[in-house]
Amino acid sequence: MSWMKLGAASALALMVAGGAWAKTDIVVAMQLEPPHLDPTSAAAGAIDSVLYSNVFEGLTRFASDGSIVPGLAKSWDISEDGLSYTFHLAEGVTFHDGTTMDAEDVKFSLDRARAEDSANAQKALFGAISEVEVVDPATVKVTLSEPNGNFLFNMAWGDAVIVAPESIENIKQAPVGTGAFKFSNWVQGDNITLEKNPDYWGTPAQLENVTFKFISDPTAAFAAVMAEDVDVFAGFPAPENLPQFEADPRFQVIVGNTEGETILSTNNKMPPLDNEKVREAIAHAIDRQAIIDGAMFGLGTPIGTHFAPHNPDYLNLTGNSAYDPEKAKALLAEAGFPDGFKTTLKLPPPSYARRGGEIIAAQLRAVGIETEISNLEWAQWLEQVFRGKDYGLTIVSHTEPFDIGIYARPDYYFQYDNPEFQALMEELNRTTDPAKRTEMLHKAQTIISEDYVNGYLFQLATATVAKAGVRGLWKDAPTQATDLTAVYWEE
Amino acid sequence: MTEEGIWQAALRSRNLVLGACLTLVFVGAALLSFLWVPYDVTVMDIPNKMQGPAGAHPLGTDHFGRDILSMIMVGARTSIAVALVAVGIGMGLGVPLGLAAAAKKGSLLDEVIMRGNDLVFAFPSLLIAIMITAVFGASALNAIIAIGIFNIPVFARLVRGAALSLWTRDYVMAARVAGKGATRISFEHILPNVTNLLIVQGTIQFSLGILAEAGLSYVGLGAQPPIPSWGRMLADSQTMISFAPHMAMFPGLAILLTVLGLNLMGDGLRDLFDPRIRRGTR
Repeated sequence: MSWMKLGAASALALMVAGGAWAKTDIVVAMQLEPPHLDPTSAAAGAIDSVLYSNVFEGLTRFASDGSIVPGLAKSWDISEDGLSYTFHLAEGVTFHDGTTMDAEDVKFSLDRARAEDSANAQKALFGAISEVEVVDPATVKVTLSEPNGNFLFNMAWGDAVIVAPESIENIKQAPVGTGAFKFSNWVQGDNITLEKNPDYWGTPAQLENVTFKFISDPTAAFAAVMAEDVDVFAGFPAPENLPQFEADPRFQVIVGNTEGETILSTNNKMPPLDNEKVREAIAHAIDRQAIIDGAMFGLGTPIGTHFAPHNPDYLNLTGNSAYDPEKAKALLAEAGFPDGFKTTLKLPPPSYARRGGEIIAAQLRAVGIETEISNLEWAQWLEQVFRGKDYGLTIVSHTEPFDIGIYARPDYYFQYDNPEFQALMEELNRTTDPAKRTEMLHKAQTIISEDYVNGYLFQLATATVAKAGVRGLWKDAPTQATDLTAVYWEE
Repeated sequence: MTEEGIWQAALRSRNLVLGACLTLVFVGAALLSFLWVPYDVTVMDIPNKMQGPAGAHPLGTDHFGRDILSMIMVGARTSIAVALVAVGIGMGLGVPLGLAAAAKKGSLLDEVIMRGNDLVFAFPSLLIAIMITAVFGASALNAIIAIGIFNIPVFARLVRGAALSLWTRDYVMAARVAGKGATRISFEHILPNVTNLLIVQGTIQFSLGILAEAGLSYVGLGAQPPIPSWGRMLADSQTMISFAPHMAMFPGLAILLTVLGLNLMGDGLRDLFDPRIRRGTR
């Protein structure tokens, strides 16, 4: 009798357990593994993909729609002249190692990022700061040397997160932040695990354990999702497989915008690409829709300038470079290359570049431009193209948000040097009036579009494939991030 | 054995006939592609991508709307060219090395040649091929060189072994007595007697060369786009295999049938040239 009771009771307990406790573990896969875990000293987007918002937080942060919302600073006051920002920090914030997060840590982080010897990949974000003062433990005053309309936006970047002097030494292997998850373990070459931070100052995470798995091969990615080895694949690399997942009730496919302007980067200093007519000819030789359909299986929005179409200040300039092979041939003849010319096309690994490159090569061949394709790994690409500037054409997606400013840097890898544009960008940085900023942004987009600096192809879309029960994932990617703080399983 | 005898025996060998036919089909397709292909393989037709085998495209189209039959024909050219030149490198360098080693058996030259061969043999060939293409860049030419280098020791060893036994023959002795030098004897008396062996081994190496080229282009280190290559066609189609299987199937079949054909032909030729085996089969 008592045995039967016990059996019934335990069966009941099991049923209750199964129903009451939803799953709290998640395995999130992505393509690239971070080289190390310090978001404040490397350009690698993979670091932010794992740590942004999950482990590290900044004064402000990106919300899923790209807007800037309070982070560790719960509010701020801006002086009349726009030169000083007083941040009021959230109270009771501690780092994962137990030390408190206060104004001293903010000063340390910002001073470290903008220091002479700083390894920060986005030092320009901090360029306007002239002084950081600790008013009291919960208040920081940042003084700028000139007004900067982007300052709160800049502080939301993964490169501007708040770190602690106590734990900075080992940050690359054992990152210590203030986020809703804390770093647990890193099996190099395979996965990184995070666990819930029980002492989180804000809304606690609903997941207990998070595993980030790194699967670079598209075929293996497909197999891992199909076999349900992973719960979420952020940035699924093979768009051709998405219809299968959509048709499968076990999965959901979330397609969103990214900040990735995918462009045919052109070496503006390499003859004959230094000739504007030649670049214009290339722009007219390209059929964007064919590239979007052929390389991305329809995912992506055509762009005519270096600006995200979902940004309210976007100007549709695709008409400047409409597909017109005859015009391209005429322009080439006008530029002195009636029989075309030969150049290099160096392609990094993502499929938008490799497949897009083959299509562009075919389209350029049709107007007489021969390209010699070479497929490069990322390290080689960074070495030869990005740093060495030894290339004619390349295809890459610029995933940083609001990065039209790179056109004001004559030493940037496409080597565009236009003083008018540089002056415009300087003026834009000083301008805080929204209407004026819009006008200037329109002008900036028009200049680079009409100078045909690069071939503007399409805005990269991001596809997240997840099990049907996962909720709370970001749809769009306003910055490189896989924010899991609001993710939960629905029964 | 008379000339007719050889031909009769050749036609009786099922392996040889089947292998030769398969090989001829692909060599023929490659040659034909110089004159005519159904569609230009460098022209894309994206609205018609991934169509299954049907009237206008007997083997379907790939993910860029290119005709797969045309790509296989032109791809055969790439495969055959790479494998042929690679075998040529192997024979051209390996045979003289093997002859020299056998002629000076036991000398320092023999040691240097054979230990050099061991060294090349000791490395996994595909790994070295990947290294060569990684250092000098990926291209069909570098693939040829990489595959060719690994053919050298195969031929050198084969020739040395066969030549060593020939050097003990009476007619070689006679030639030495007549005052002929080692080089002359090697080319006048030894080489003609190892030709059969070379043809058989050449056929086998040719099929291995085609496989190696497909393997290298599969990992992106062989012929670069837009030159079609069977290995790259396979690599391109692998994420689409569940909904466009024809894209992987036909280049895969092309590799399989060519390699099978060459191997059958190699076996058949060996049977034909080796009198003991031939007598045994009768």
